[in-house]
Amino acid sequence: MALKIIASMCTGCSACEPECPNVAIREKGGTFIIDPAKCTECEGQFDSPQCIAVCPVDNCIKSV
Amino acid sequence: MSLNTAYVDASALGKSRHAVSQILETAASGGCGTTGGEGKASCGTSAGPDDMPQEIWDKVKNHPCYSEEAHHHYARMHVAVAPACNIQCNYCNRKYDCSNESRPGVVSQKLTPEQAVKKVVAVASEIPQMTVLGIAGPGDALANPKKTFDTFRMLQEQAPDIKLCLSTNGLALPELADEICKYNIDHVTITINMVDPEVGAKIYPWIFWDHKRVTGIEAATILHQQQMKGLEMLTERGVLTKINSVLIPGINDEHLIEVNREVKKRGAFLHNIMPLISEPEHGTVFGLTGQRGPSAQELKAVQDACMGGANLMRHCRQCRADAVGLLGEDRSEEFTLDKIDEMEVVYDLDKRKSYQDKVEAERQAQHAAKVAALAATNVDDGVDPDMKVLIAVATEGHGKVNQHFGHATEFQIFEVSQGSALFVGHRRVDLYCQGGYGEEEALPSVVSAINDCHAVLVSKIGACPRDELKAAGIEPVDEYAHEFIEKAALSWFAGYRERIASGLITHQVRGDAQIRQGAYSGTAEQAA
Repeated sequence: MALKIIASMCTGCSACEPECPNVAIREKGGTFIIDPAKCTECEGQFDSPQCIAVCPVDNCIKSV
Repeated sequence: MSLNTAYVDASALGKSRHAVSQILETAASGGCGTTGGEGKASCGTSAGPDDMPQEIWDKVKNHPCYSEEAHHHYARMHVAVAPACNIQCNYCNRKYDCSNESRPGVVSQKLTPEQAVKKVVAVASEIPQMTVLGIAGPGDALANPKKTFDTFRMLQEQAPDIKLCLSTNGLALPELADEICKYNIDHVTITINMVDPEVGAKIYPWIFWDHKRVTGIEAATILHQQQMKGLEMLTERGVLTKINSVLIPGINDEHLIEVNREVKKRGAFLHNIMPLISEPEHGTVFGLTGQRGPSAQELKAVQDACMGGANLMRHCRQCRADAVGLLGEDRSEEFTLDKIDEMEVVYDLDKRKSYQDKVEAERQAQHAAKVAALAATNVDDGVDPDMKVLIAVATEGHGKVNQHFGHATEFQIFEVSQGSALFVGHRRVDLYCQGGYGEEEALPSVVSAINDCHAVLVSKIGACPRDELKAAGIEPVDEYAHEFIEKAALSWFAGYRERIASGLITHQVRGDAQIRQGAYSGTAEQAA
């Protein structure tokens, strides 16, 4: 269970990075990536995945 | 103050709302300019040292965004260290980037705080009249608090004479108001487009709040409460505030008069009402739904209706989040990271100071010329004493009529009447003259941009555009080349009245003008 940022859609705005409760998000080459080993999809932590809630691009972050 | 008392009761708003036309009739006349013979002004943007307490004058006198007079002489820069945002606006799409594009939210190169400070010091060494650093995005300065405040802290250590300011949507403002005061930030701009959540819901699809995406009226209500509370907190702490409002026809045009009243009540220093930019190719929601921006006269009508309220700013250029230079010019291409690395940067405080002293002397001379010109214009010539006309001016700065018509990428617009030359805005145009040849396609767009003007004052103009302007009913005027703008405007107006009095011409009412939305050709020329 993990989320993935679609690199071609990511604007690199960094809004998601500080919101992740698991510190799973980091920058790579101008856009951001999620470490699947750390991602919990915010299950048990928040009502909805924080990165998706704050991301300005619809459907940029998906479940894999 | 509790959240509940900080915001405006929506039901009270409904009762007090009037149609724009009604308010226009009762709105105070006069406004942002020099009136009468003493050079006194009635509003913050063009006001001088006689019009406000010394400590406030000291804060605004060198700030191009807070003082209309200063914007002719002093430059500002923005550094793009704040890419993240905590709300979504229907007029914003930060993905779109083009070096020919000039509008908020757009940048070519995002910077770390370290890179940003290096850039500011390099620019300040190269452009000694650069007095202000702002953090305006491309997202929200306060949605990136660490990057924003790290930049300010490091810069203060290296260049203590530079004024600091930031722009925000206000959502995170209450929690960071005290932090802002720590960094000696004198100026904060808050974008406030509504004081009624019903209106807000049409502008903001969502906000990110308390770990949730909140939508609709609920989102607009929270944003509104935070904005009002944040504004009140800054006023209490003595921070000067400018309120930016985007005029969206059919959504908040009349409503902005309420906004003006509410922000004035809470101590806002300036109110800047800007036209919506909504070209479809920007990919914003408003661009895609065909929401149009206002015409020049629609914008002016709302600005005029607000003139009795909070002081209006009329000289905003809606610059990019990485703009460098005087308002209306952008030299950011000269200061990319690669170029800064090759520069030999010496930050010389004395050199900057002596240059700024020179600028100050020039500004005093301009002010004196304005006062003298005003004193000479109050004569009874039998022509309607209340007549007002708009004129367009081509200027390269220094407050003078000093630009060739063909080199102008924007015109400054002045409303001239007997004893008053009031700066009311600017119009961006396509560059008419490229490589020595007048572009035939460009002239109609120049005409449509200044079509509400009776004359255009320039340092020089070619024969072809001269004839075409005349045919469109706009008088090309080059006899005031290199004179101070207000003096030239009033002299031309006196002559215009003389010609009417002698029966040589009759006064005609002009039509509306278009606000240019697309690319800024000033940089297109460099790219070509």
